[in-house]
Amino acid sequence: MLHIDVRGRAGEFEFEVREGLSASGCTGVFGPSGAGKTTLLRIIAGFQQSEGQIRFGDDIWLDSSAGKLIPPHRRRIGYVFQHGALFAHLRVRGNLEYALKRQQGPSAFTFDRVVTALELGTLLERQVQQLSGGEIQRVALGRALLSNPALMLLDEPLSALDVARKIDILPFLIRIREEFAVPMLHVSHNVDELVRVADRLLVLAGGRVQAHGETAQVLERLDVQSVTGRFEGGSVITVMVLRHDATRRLTVLRFGDTDITMPILERLESGQAVRLRIRSRDVALATERPRGISIRNIVAAEILEIAVEPESPYAEVLLESGGEHLRARITQDAVAELALRIGSKVFALIKGVIFDHRVL
Amino acid sequence: MLTELWPTLLLTLELAAATTIVLLLIGTPFAWWLSRTRFVLKPLIEAVTALPLVLPPTVLGFYLLLMMSPDSAIGSFWVQVTGETLTFSFTGLLIASVIYSLPFMVQPLQTAFESVDRRPLEAAASLGASPLDVFVSVACPMALRGFVSAGILTFAHTIGEFGVVLMVGGSIPGETRVVSIALFEYVETLRFNLAHTLALILLVFSFVVLACVYTFNRRFAVRVA
Repeated sequence: MLHIDVRGRAGEFEFEVREGLSASGCTGVFGPSGAGKTTLLRIIAGFQQSEGQIRFGDDIWLDSSAGKLIPPHRRRIGYVFQHGALFAHLRVRGNLEYALKRQQGPSAFTFDRVVTALELGTLLERQVQQLSGGEIQRVALGRALLSNPALMLLDEPLSALDVARKIDILPFLIRIREEFAVPMLHVSHNVDELVRVADRLLVLAGGRVQAHGETAQVLERLDVQSVTGRFEGGSVITVMVLRHDATRRLTVLRFGDTDITMPILERLESGQAVRLRIRSRDVALATERPRGISIRNIVAAEILEIAVEPESPYAEVLLESGGEHLRARITQDAVAELALRIGSKVFALIKGVIFDHRVL
Repeated sequence: MLTELWPTLLLTLELAAATTIVLLLIGTPFAWWLSRTRFVLKPLIEAVTALPLVLPPTVLGFYLLLMMSPDSAIGSFWVQVTGETLTFSFTGLLIASVIYSLPFMVQPLQTAFESVDRRPLEAAASLGASPLDVFVSVACPMALRGFVSAGILTFAHTIGEFGVVLMVGGSIPGETRVVSIALFEYVETLRFNLAHTLALILLVFSFVVLACVYTFNRRFAVRVA
């Protein structure tokens, strides 16, 4: 468990975070620019001073009232920067060995294992200047792992990469989480990225925690909207892969008691559970099952909650379908005309499942 | 002719090399500290460091002479410990050169250290490197070009000094008589052949050194401001 109770100034605003973070899996730290995400990470790493306490397991890293401050090099962290921050005077091998030489305690993360997992074998003798953005981040991840960290801190590790490179790196992040089982804090302003890697989300805005919990639950809470921005709003559902339909080039998924389809993704295996993100602006509502319509994914649902957005024509509708929660963003005008209220039975028309591996 | 010039040239090279080595040892941690500190008196310390750039060397030499004279606290202490005077000795000359050339070592190094990105330094710390380890294994290699510039400039500048040497060292052959002093004496005694040779050697040497510095890197040159 990582206990954080810190406060201070970060640029324009007061910063105050008091949370207990899980010491397993990946916690996504999410929020708009200037929310204090990186500040939080730098305080945990010890790069930045702050008032308060930080405790990781039994180790006290910061206790300002007792005047205790453990410097970064004795915190057993692995920090990955947005731009890698590799040592330009060393080759890739030198960068990795730098961490290996300073490895703290016996580690199961051998050089060969890390090199294999991150596919760094062909890069070892390269100069750092010759690496692409994606390769730099892979080396940075490998270097951090080789120092045998008890906690990985990833500061926007993908945000400097273009979309194609991001898709290349994401599987490595997932592989690290599964193979090396180091707890991770992953800072990002991109929800779709965090949905892929984070078990839990910590939402920050204005230097304060807005929400903290399971990724799916946090994302479907309506009050997170104000933080995530309207177009970011959506829900995360867990579906099961049924089969691939090669002739129609579709993958069929089980959503509650309905079959839905998405453009084929052969990487997914039948029987595999996957998380999909559906943006609320991609969900329309109908009171009867529409016919003669191009939208393929139509599921029966019941309205749980209707939140009217102040000073806006829109309303957010929280729906339940087959045990999963969905959100729709429709106009208040439509809510009135269709006489929608809590308990109404409706059909949710899902225009797009944006969370497939090609859309990030 | 060269046999007559040789002791002078050798002494000059010895002094320049010793000054450069001493300044590397002193100037490196000092420049690192200057590049990192937020100490309120930093501007004053930087100003003192830059003084030798603007002061007439004779002014500096005059104060150093007073400081090293056997009548002063430091000078008399030195006589008690070593039995020799600091003034008009190689050691005294070396101390004077170190002070006189200080900005030529510290300023390029400070600029180089300031331009080192802090993120690789933080990355090194996160990998378990202590502050000293980070300095030696990351900061210094990343500032390598600054070291080369600073070393060359210090070496060359020491060879070119005149006023300070004249005040502190005088002109004792094999002990304190360096090239610039010897040249002055050759001219005074109308030995123009020797003067020509020595002047040409200095001119060519200085040009080669500066050409090296500018070819290698323009970024870490000395600045007064």
